[in-house]
Amino acid sequence: MAVTRLMPEPIVDVVLVGFGWTGAIMAEALTAAGLNVLAFERGGWRNTPNDFALPFDQDELRYFWRHHLFQNVAHTTLTFRNKPDQLALPMRRLGSFLPGAGVGGGGVHWNGQVWRFLPSDFAARSHNLQRYGANAVNADDMTIQDYPVTYAELEPYYDKFEYLCGVSGKAGNLNGKVEPGGNPFEGARSREYPNPPLQMTYGPTLFALAAESLGYHPFPHPAANMSRAYTNPLGVQLAQCTYCGFCEKFGCGNDSKSSPQTTILPVLMSRPNFTLRTYCEVLKVELTRDRRHATGVSYVDENGALGFQPASIVILSAFMLENVRQLLISGIGVPYDPRTGKGTVGKNYSYQIVSSVNVFYDDKITNPFIGAGALGMIIDDFNGDNFDHTGLGFIGGGYLGALNTGARPIETHPVPDKTPKWGAGFKRAIAANYLKTVPIITHGAVMSHRTNYLDLDPTWRDTLGRPLMRMTFDFTDNEHRMSDFLTDKAAAIGRSMGGREVKETKRSGAYDISPYQTTHTTGGAIMGSDPKSSALNRYLQSWDVPNVFVPGANAFPQNAGYNPMGTVAALSYHCADAIVKQYVKAPGPLVQA
Amino acid sequence: MRCSRIPAITLWVSLATFVAACANGYYRQQPPAVPQGTNDPGGGAIGLPGANDDDISADAAAWGPSSDAVFPPDAPGQASGDPVARGRYLVDAGDCKACHTAAGAQPFAGARAIRTPIGMIFSANLTPDPKTGIGKWTEADFYRAMHKGIAHGGKNLYPAFPYTYFTRLSRPDVDAIWAYLRTLPPIYQVKPANRIPFPLNIRPLMAIWNALFFRPREFRPDPAMSAEWNRGAYLVSGPGHCGGCHTPKNLFLADRNNHALEGSRLNDWVALDLTSDPRQGLASWSTGDIVEYLRSGRNARATASGSMQEVIYYSTSRMSDSDLAAIATYLKALPPHTPAAVLKRPDDAVMRSGEAIYVDSCSGCHGPNGEGQVRHFPPLAGDVPVHAHDPTTIIRIILEGSRSVPTPAKPTAPAMPPFAWKLSDSEVAAVSTFVRNSWGNSAPAVSRSQVAKLRTRHSDEEPATK
Amino acid sequence: MSHSVSRRFALLAGAGISAFFALRPVRAFGETIRRRLPWSSGLTDRPERPDERPGYIFFSASEAAFIEAALARLIPNDSTGPGAIEANVPRFIDRQLGGPYGAGDHFYLEPPFPKGLPTQGWQAGTPAQVYRAAIPAIDGWSTATRGRAFAALDPASQDEMLKALEDGKAELGSSTDGKAFFALLLQNTIEGYFSDPIYGGNRDMEPWRMIGFPGARYDFRPFVGRFGEAYNLPPVGLLGRPEWRSRG
Repeated sequence: MAVTRLMPEPIVDVVLVGFGWTGAIMAEALTAAGLNVLAFERGGWRNTPNDFALPFDQDELRYFWRHHLFQNVAHTTLTFRNKPDQLALPMRRLGSFLPGAGVGGGGVHWNGQVWRFLPSDFAARSHNLQRYGANAVNADDMTIQDYPVTYAELEPYYDKFEYLCGVSGKAGNLNGKVEPGGNPFEGARSREYPNPPLQMTYGPTLFALAAESLGYHPFPHPAANMSRAYTNPLGVQLAQCTYCGFCEKFGCGNDSKSSPQTTILPVLMSRPNFTLRTYCEVLKVELTRDRRHATGVSYVDENGALGFQPASIVILSAFMLENVRQLLISGIGVPYDPRTGKGTVGKNYSYQIVSSVNVFYDDKITNPFIGAGALGMIIDDFNGDNFDHTGLGFIGGGYLGALNTGARPIETHPVPDKTPKWGAGFKRAIAANYLKTVPIITHGAVMSHRTNYLDLDPTWRDTLGRPLMRMTFDFTDNEHRMSDFLTDKAAAIGRSMGGREVKETKRSGAYDISPYQTTHTTGGAIMGSDPKSSALNRYLQSWDVPNVFVPGANAFPQNAGYNPMGTVAALSYHCADAIVKQYVKAPGPLVQA
Repeated sequence: MRCSRIPAITLWVSLATFVAACANGYYRQQPPAVPQGTNDPGGGAIGLPGANDDDISADAAAWGPSSDAVFPPDAPGQASGDPVARGRYLVDAGDCKACHTAAGAQPFAGARAIRTPIGMIFSANLTPDPKTGIGKWTEADFYRAMHKGIAHGGKNLYPAFPYTYFTRLSRPDVDAIWAYLRTLPPIYQVKPANRIPFPLNIRPLMAIWNALFFRPREFRPDPAMSAEWNRGAYLVSGPGHCGGCHTPKNLFLADRNNHALEGSRLNDWVALDLTSDPRQGLASWSTGDIVEYLRSGRNARATASGSMQEVIYYSTSRMSDSDLAAIATYLKALPPHTPAAVLKRPDDAVMRSGEAIYVDSCSGCHGPNGEGQVRHFPPLAGDVPVHAHDPTTIIRIILEGSRSVPTPAKPTAPAMPPFAWKLSDSEVAAVSTFVRNSWGNSAPAVSRSQVAKLRTRHSDEEPATK
Repeated sequence: MSHSVSRRFALLAGAGISAFFALRPVRAFGETIRRRLPWSSGLTDRPERPDERPGYIFFSASEAAFIEAALARLIPNDSTGPGAIEANVPRFIDRQLGGPYGAGDHFYLEPPFPKGLPTQGWQAGTPAQVYRAAIPAIDGWSTATRGRAFAALDPASQDEMLKALEDGKAELGSSTDGKAFFALLLQNTIEGYFSDPIYGGNRDMEPWRMIGFPGARYDFRPFVGRFGEAYNLPPVGLLGRPEWRSRG
């Protein structure tokens, strides 16, 4: 079949591959500095009134179970196995994680959970080595590394994203001073959150009372759901959240959840130095013959015609899995080899480990359907290195807490232990318990390991003929021990909440690609201070092709116990600043290898 | 045959007048970059100021990083002695670009199709191209066109070109506009022939209409009133040609001047009552409210919809603070007109179903008590468009949705989604009636047939069967 | 606005990305958005309503008999609330399988299909194919072991067979994974029971009413702080509730 080639396009300063959160952040920062930016997005334009409007947005079947806003794996998916000696098979439908598709990417259907990593998370290896010794950081073939940036360096960029998003929360550490009501374990922040916490619902309130009585430090989950109307520093307005409970996995119908659409696009789209090309999928980054410089990207448009877009800078700003695949397909850097530990692209793929506890009441109506994506009360007493790990047999940790993200009934119909999965007993249990439960979740870190990695699959291809990504991943003993520890702590709090029954659901066995867990996939193109052990430098610049930058959770050397978006955004702003202040003036490597 | 000629001419005059007046109103519905009813998924995009427009650089600064800048920095002030700058400003104030720019084409090159119920009128090329534009015109020609509605060569213009208002411009202002238009790059753009069927296309008939309804006359200040009021009166009755939409028309579709600015309906949008009428007019608005509305497309009380968006977008958002304040001062001085009739309380059952629909479908944005979210989702309690005696606008917004106009001052452009697929005609009627008669609001009930008629004309969605 | 990308993929499928030689240069087709904030009046990505004709559009008579019998056991009717049959779930599943979901519009369907580990998830074809293959296999197994099709068994026997399916103990031959089918059937049943009535199940929102879920609401602000109180409004679907239509 003949393929049409498109007319050559004029060169742009920057081409962006993918237009979700990181694409919008980078485009806004770079166009503000006067650069001419063009973004490619393989999906279409999406906005609130046309695409996820209030008259039809509250549709659990269509949006969650039928994946209406998510990446369609019919076109591109990945293959998966737990261990390198297994045959990886295609992920034939989405499950464990839910990348977005179209303008705004996953930023349309995310929860709005905005966290900062702990200062010690950025020094995961050296900190744990110093405190717990070499065995602790080398167990299970662990391959953790320090970030090449510090919390203090990222603080202004965290702050910038929180103000862009209008995060509702309570500071726990203002310039080193611990604030009552906030998270006392967090790194010092330079100012208070832009909005006060959301109004708290009943279940999280019960959790917080119990946690406090046990000596823990509950605080409201920082939420990019608006506790009040807000105008961000770009002049874009958000409305007050109405606690509809259709937030995570859904677009927001009334402009009260931060997304690229509700925080950046109205201003960005008005700038004459920004262009968006929708329904155009980038095939790969084109390199010079010596593979040391990117000339631009080749792409395919909606008609299947092939084009080439020259650019001075190429930024991979797709979902992190696609960023890594673009590097592998384009031949940027050396693919990681788990046998030798050599090579960097695909290395240190990581994830999140989650579990849950349910508290059932006879007498308390908790109305769990009232919710927002990041509404709840949390304790951080068992995250990172906020507690002594001596003798526990693991490093890392996670937060735990009661979140009311909405209880859509196909997904959420908690039943007590030993309830049958169908039949009259099942129905009776649903009917009796739906309104009278409080869910507690744990959200744990996953360290990186030698055999958890990404590479290209030898067998299956996407509909454009490119190899699928192959994911090799399993939880190790470190994660299981850590998650069980968190789950037990959550259950202990649950038991002091005065319910009839507490049910623990631990994360047992091998990682399963089917049930939804989180979309916090990380690593594969990690940042570091040495090109031998990392794909990107501290500015997310490719060590191998210095005019390629790769913002995204792919840069995490290992995952922390928090939702990644706050750190992804901070790293992106940090990267954009380096491009504007350093790279544009003197193109080339920003860190000498 | 001979004896029938005079009545025939009268008929033609009426019809031609009808065409012209319709066109005058209609162009407001179908501006070049702000299509209101397209169902084309690929198109139908609202342009940002300066979209498809080569002189965007001026606007760009106002849309740039410091979006608290509310006005293009090169906007000429009235103190400016430079006639070109003043002309450019007056062209904005007159909203000229909207009609004289075809979609996706060069600004001011005309050829914008203005659809009317019985024919198509194309706007003129205002660039100095000698063959297709006004390159051969003289300054005096231009003044005659603006002042008397007669083109270069003596042809009568249709009042789709609002010379009935522009006649009030002072000669120096008209000359300034002329000076500005001369600086535009000449663009060869042939104006397609108007598609108006014979005999309505006989232009000399307009001379008769002019004789009956038009007196060329420049604005004369009223010495009894303040300078600000006079400036406002000039802007409203001259370049702004506000009465084109907001003044009701007589049988011949000329302005009913004794009801100036009392509100009207054009192509199924309600042009609001701009007087201080306590119920449907601007009595509750301060001058600050009016200025904010004209500047940003919304204020704490209302959000612009329908045709007014285009006026704000191309014109008032670019005007100076002092001129907007002058307009507000003038409008606030317009007396209220007829006392509102005492309205019958709507049927309780209709109000109950309207309330159920409101609580389930509307309060997520407009608030449990119609309070809205100020400057984001319009409050419905006390809202002037909701209150308008004529419910056309509220019905259309429920059926089709509406997006607030993005302006440099308020870039966000929140939107109402369409409900035509979701609500039946009687449900739209019930919820409209409910919001028009709750929280202190009071306006006539809306009937199912009013909704059905507008649905037929403006929506592709069949009423939901339930 | 849900603009399909399938045309592009259809055109390029088989072409391979190496086919970089051109015929004639043309302008790119993808939408270029510059200095615009696209929005379309009147247009909205509202849900498509399923086929409104009576009867089944996907299931044959024997398949329908199985589905109705199985669903009556998965969620039986009793005083707690409606059963799956009473909630119209068979019709929901029928419309789902006859539509894009049944055709696997969001499934990766490229061969080969080797058998996988449980952690590797779905390794079958489309949902429609899975139902079409599994139902006769189950009826065949039922006939072979109990002398009649599943639908003709007494409820206790049906429950035993469903349990065997759930536990992966049904003998359906190598081509049908009974456990995976059971999981799909139960999932689709719960979907039909609790999804918006616009899709055909959840009749009269009785399943929502049974558990206390108030449906497609968007504003709980007035109720957030009312701890321990039962919510004060009835469930509402995307197309409303009876109170919308009550006339005087």
